[in-house]
Amino acid sequence: MAKVKGDIEVDIEGCKGCEICIDACPVENTIAMSKNVNSKGYHYMELINDTCIGCANCAIVCPDGVITVYKARK
Amino acid sequence: MEKELRLMKGNEAIAEAAIRAGVDAYYGYPITPQSEVMEYLTEQKPEDRSGMIVLQAESEVASINMIYGAAGAGKRAMTSSSSPGISLMQEGLSYIAGAELPCVLLNVVRGGPGLGTIQPSQADYFQSTKGGGHGDYHLITLAPSSVQEMYDFLKISFELAEKYRNPAMILSDGAIGQMMEKVELDDPVSRRTEEEIINDFPWASTGKKNRERNIITSLELDPAKQEQINLNIQKKYREIEEKEVRFEKVQCDDADYLLVAYGTSARLCQETVKLARDKGIKLGLLRPITLYPFPSKEIATMVNDRVKGVVAVEMSSGQMIEDVKLAVNGKVPAEHYGRFGGMIPSPEKILEFLENQIMGG
Amino acid sequence: MEETKQDIKKPENLVYKKTDLMTDKTLSYCPGCGHGVIHRMAMEVIEEMGLEEETIGIAPVGCSVLAYEFMNVDMQQAAHGRAPALATGIKRVFPEKTVFTYQGDGDLAAIGTAETIHACNRGENITIIFVNNGIYGMTGGQMAPTTLEGMKSSTTPYGRDTKKMGHPLKMTELVATLPGTCYVTRQAVHKAAAVRKTKKAIKKAIEYQKAEKGTSFIEVVSNCSSGWKMTPVQANKWMEENMFPFYPLGDIKKPEK
Repeated sequence: MAKVKGDIEVDIEGCKGCEICIDACPVENTIAMSKNVNSKGYHYMELINDTCIGCANCAIVCPDGVITVYKARK
Repeated sequence: MEKELRLMKGNEAIAEAAIRAGVDAYYGYPITPQSEVMEYLTEQKPEDRSGMIVLQAESEVASINMIYGAAGAGKRAMTSSSSPGISLMQEGLSYIAGAELPCVLLNVVRGGPGLGTIQPSQADYFQSTKGGGHGDYHLITLAPSSVQEMYDFLKISFELAEKYRNPAMILSDGAIGQMMEKVELDDPVSRRTEEEIINDFPWASTGKKNRERNIITSLELDPAKQEQINLNIQKKYREIEEKEVRFEKVQCDDADYLLVAYGTSARLCQETVKLARDKGIKLGLLRPITLYPFPSKEIATMVNDRVKGVVAVEMSSGQMIEDVKLAVNGKVPAEHYGRFGGMIPSPEKILEFLENQIMGG
Repeated sequence: MEETKQDIKKPENLVYKKTDLMTDKTLSYCPGCGHGVIHRMAMEVIEEMGLEEETIGIAPVGCSVLAYEFMNVDMQQAAHGRAPALATGIKRVFPEKTVFTYQGDGDLAAIGTAETIHACNRGENITIIFVNNGIYGMTGGQMAPTTLEGMKSSTTPYGRDTKKMGHPLKMTELVATLPGTCYVTRQAVHKAAAVRKTKKAIKKAIEYQKAEKGTSFIEVVSNCSSGWKMTPVQANKWMEENMFPFYPLGDIKKPEK
């Protein structure tokens, strides 16, 4: 198992499923839209692999500020 | 100690009053016949005298919105203009009334409609007293009839505006703005400090220090809440109507007939009262000082008691007469007499109208 | 020892979190709209500079009319286009406060053109954040002064014909010619790097305001997926291909050292 570098926390109810975060993520297949929807009917973004590097690009471009990012310190 | 006396134009008197009343900002745009207000202020270097800011804006639209900003920040802010300029300010005034902010405006009224004339007029009565812009609101409206009152009403207007968090209008006209009379001046008071603003106006946008943020807005998208906001504003207006009516009565105690007139018209009507009394006609004059709130109750009482007929004299084609008729409520004849478009009625013609249309009728 | 996910979500590992100067209210903007990012960058700058107790923001009319619901500082809501006049009115009587306006292209470049140009020309020590998405978003996608030539909108359904409707207005280049402006720049928020640059620009602008250098003016070219009738990701791509060539990013004017 690869060493986990980063992780995110998503405010599911605040996410509007715009997918701009996916476009901004430098590591493919790390985040994706959930098949589920939140109470407003939006598919929300979620981490789908342990490949997050904690770069925070997704959170920075997120219009709704729903992503919190953590990165393991060496 | 005796008060300082000075011979001044009406427009200069109100400017001097602003410096002495602790006004923080004047934002204006030149227009005849009131440009002396800003000319006097800039000449006086109020920034040195009291710290008051004077800025010539790019338009009346900008100046009223500068007032909106400063008033929202709890500062004493004022502007002055004349009829066409006041028309341009209506959008901003509606926002200021909606956001419940205090400020003072001076309208040195000239003849209209349109560009009209630069001569004195009273044809902006509806615009001042009924709101003027969109939505349900009123301006607290005071009508000076002398240069001394141009001076005195500035301070009173700010006190009323701040007490009720509502814009106040000093509705003057080109004659009172331009005429020179002697004025008694008060000792200057200092402007509010930031601490005093925060204390007196906890709603003001001064920066959220030791409190939750303040929001100055007139927007509420939920109609139920917007109705409640309107109800609160209307409640305030009922209180103003109850408590703040001001008027002056001249020879009214035994009057069989009554003139109702404000500002320059009231000065002319004083002469008419004399002319009538010389002929044995018991004529009195009621001069509304506040046009909003209007002295309706006083007029109704006088009509019930003794008065047999009323003439509303205005330099308009008949605006205040509507409020007079509502107060008289059909009990006795009430008619309008006026000259307009910059013309001024003569005391003799006013008497002639009274004799022919009210007494003779 | 290998760290597990559980271990990483610790305060000391936090690298990015929405600033407390944004309220918890859900933003009223459409999915993917740049307004949210621009709001947040402005508030991050105010927070990092420690100015939240002395900042007064002015909200416009347009999509961001409710900006005061989301920015957790003292705010005033202006009449359409008049934000620079309000900001002037406040800044002149409270010169030590930090005052900014937040305006869209209809507000700033159409109905408020006079207020914008004259505040900039007087060199008011305020910061103007100008969001340009080339369209009237709130009223349903009508033509804005910044709508590109040939661009479709609900009032230019066959594309903007410059012979009939005039040319797209470059307000930012225009205000850069005025001696009152000290810092004029055009940025974007479609990519993480661009967002970081926008934040830097806002910070510089506020610093220049504090140094009383004059008006600082930041245009942010942004998207309107609803008005442009695209997905947010498509809209950002379209913006790069069509908006950026006409509205090129970068500093237009910087203060002399």
